[in-house]
Amino acid sequence: MFEEYLSLFIKAIFIENMALAFFLGMCTFLAVSKKVDTAIGLGIAVVVVLLITVPINNLVYHAILAPGALAWAGMPDADLSFLGLITYIGVIAATVQILEMFLDKFVPSLYNALGIFLPLITVNCAILAGSLFMVERDYTFVESIVYSTGSGIGWAIAIIGLAGIREKLKYSNIPDGLKGLGITFIAAGLMAMAFMLFSGIQL
Amino acid sequence: MLRKMLDNIGKKFEKGGKLERLFPLYEAADTIFYTSGKVTKSGSHVRDVNDLKRTMTMVVFALIPVVLMTMYNTGFQANSALQNLGATSVEGWRGSVLSFLGIGLDSGSIFENMMHGALFFLPLYLVTLAVGGFWEVLFATVRRHEINEGFFVTGLLFPLICPPDIPFWQAALGISFGVVIGKEVFGGVGMNILNPALTGRAFLFFAYPAQISGDSVWVAVDGVSQATPLSQFADKALEMTTSWWDAFYGMIPGSMGETSTLAILIGAAILILSGIGSWRIMLSVFVGMVLIALMFNAIGSETNPMFAVTWQWHFVLGGFAFGMVFMATDPVSAAMTQKGQYIYGFLIGALVVLVRVVNPAFPEGMMLAILFGNTFAPVIDKIFVNKNIKRRLLRNAK
Repeated sequence: MFEEYLSLFIKAIFIENMALAFFLGMCTFLAVSKKVDTAIGLGIAVVVVLLITVPINNLVYHAILAPGALAWAGMPDADLSFLGLITYIGVIAATVQILEMFLDKFVPSLYNALGIFLPLITVNCAILAGSLFMVERDYTFVESIVYSTGSGIGWAIAIIGLAGIREKLKYSNIPDGLKGLGITFIAAGLMAMAFMLFSGIQL
Repeated sequence: MLRKMLDNIGKKFEKGGKLERLFPLYEAADTIFYTSGKVTKSGSHVRDVNDLKRTMTMVVFALIPVVLMTMYNTGFQANSALQNLGATSVEGWRGSVLSFLGIGLDSGSIFENMMHGALFFLPLYLVTLAVGGFWEVLFATVRRHEINEGFFVTGLLFPLICPPDIPFWQAALGISFGVVIGKEVFGGVGMNILNPALTGRAFLFFAYPAQISGDSVWVAVDGVSQATPLSQFADKALEMTTSWWDAFYGMIPGSMGETSTLAILIGAAILILSGIGSWRIMLSVFVGMVLIALMFNAIGSETNPMFAVTWQWHFVLGGFAFGMVFMATDPVSAAMTQKGQYIYGFLIGALVVLVRVVNPAFPEGMMLAILFGNTFAPVIDKIFVNKNIKRRLLRNAK
């Protein structure tokens, strides 16, 4: 049992890395990776939001949306899974909003540290992908917790690595046409090539 | 006399001369023969005359034993395979050259092995130099930076990590990717994030997986396929046919320069004694490999024979030794801080064994493990730099 969770965790971090194997969350991945410190802040925010939203969506899916899930309400034939996309987005947006208010009130230091990133990642595709993968692969509640933590950490590792590279690239003599985003795309591509190291590992 | 000649030609390349745009080419030719006239005169930091030129030349020197073993072993593998087939001549242009020179195909003769191997290594080396050099010169002329000796190292490392059978157009494509995407788009030597030679090799590996890995590429004779010892370990059906000492001396099929651990260790000694290769990285790669290998030995597995491979074997097989000595220590893409180098090396050593053992997709993990280490080297450095800053702040905070 424990071993299965461990291998799911490792798989989510390295083998199926959100950013470098699926290229999800690219907009923030490329835009907010100029400095390592901000990258760490964003990485933590992604882990936290994934960790909260994916299990909640898991509960929502199994209690309401899945085919036959409404049997407890006397509607065993109902299939609401076509509402999945809009429901997950709604849940994510609401959760992030509540989380932000909660942090503002009770943990102001963390609220200040996360700053703009918290509302920003409401629209991060890595977050939505976490919920969608959870549904597609039919994870249980515990599995969804393990999976969301792992994929969040994987995404955080990737953006911190890219930020480290971009800080180093400040000293490079990059051709004018490639300055800025161009070279970042190339660097991210080369990183993804190095991450191919893990592709194919069977756990 | 040479100096005079160079000076005469040089005038044309100076500002306002006819060939002004080609100045980097002249500059490169000039500095190959002479030390640059422009040296730091009043630098208080200079402790040694060691410059980029000498560093890179030392690496080339350190590679000489490896190159000699490369030629010998490539020829030896080809000749012994031919003898097993009962063939007395080779087809294609290599055969014509050999018979023209009157050189036989006796795998017992060192000279004949050397010559046959050289016919594989040297043309590949020339193609690499020509194509890579072309890109290097193109970028240097257009972007007005210098061509320097760093390219000789990349150009020599690249053919050494290719299988002997690789077609020339693939080698040309690989080195183009390595030089252009791996190095020049970042601004040339010293500014790249990944090792250019490895970038090119990894590109080939993923672009032409069927032709650059598998069993048929490691012996340079058409139609002969022999698994490398590493894949013999991974596949239970294959019998282990090599002894440890053979693998140590390098008498095994494999990528050309990676087979002989002995020659590589000689190179390592040169690099460490001259202070060019970082012994910290080499040591920590080695320690990481040993620890993880011992861990897998202790865990054991019924289904996966790779779990039982001891660290001695991991050390002599595949590209481990070559990568540890010549690739991981690349001063540009490795970690710079001393403590960071330990972490960086350990990460690589651990990942190599991990991939070799649990990843059935790749029999060999050295290349990608080093690239992975390269991507995280800046972050590792950053952590230690920040730590040092913090410590000094504390020290002076009184």
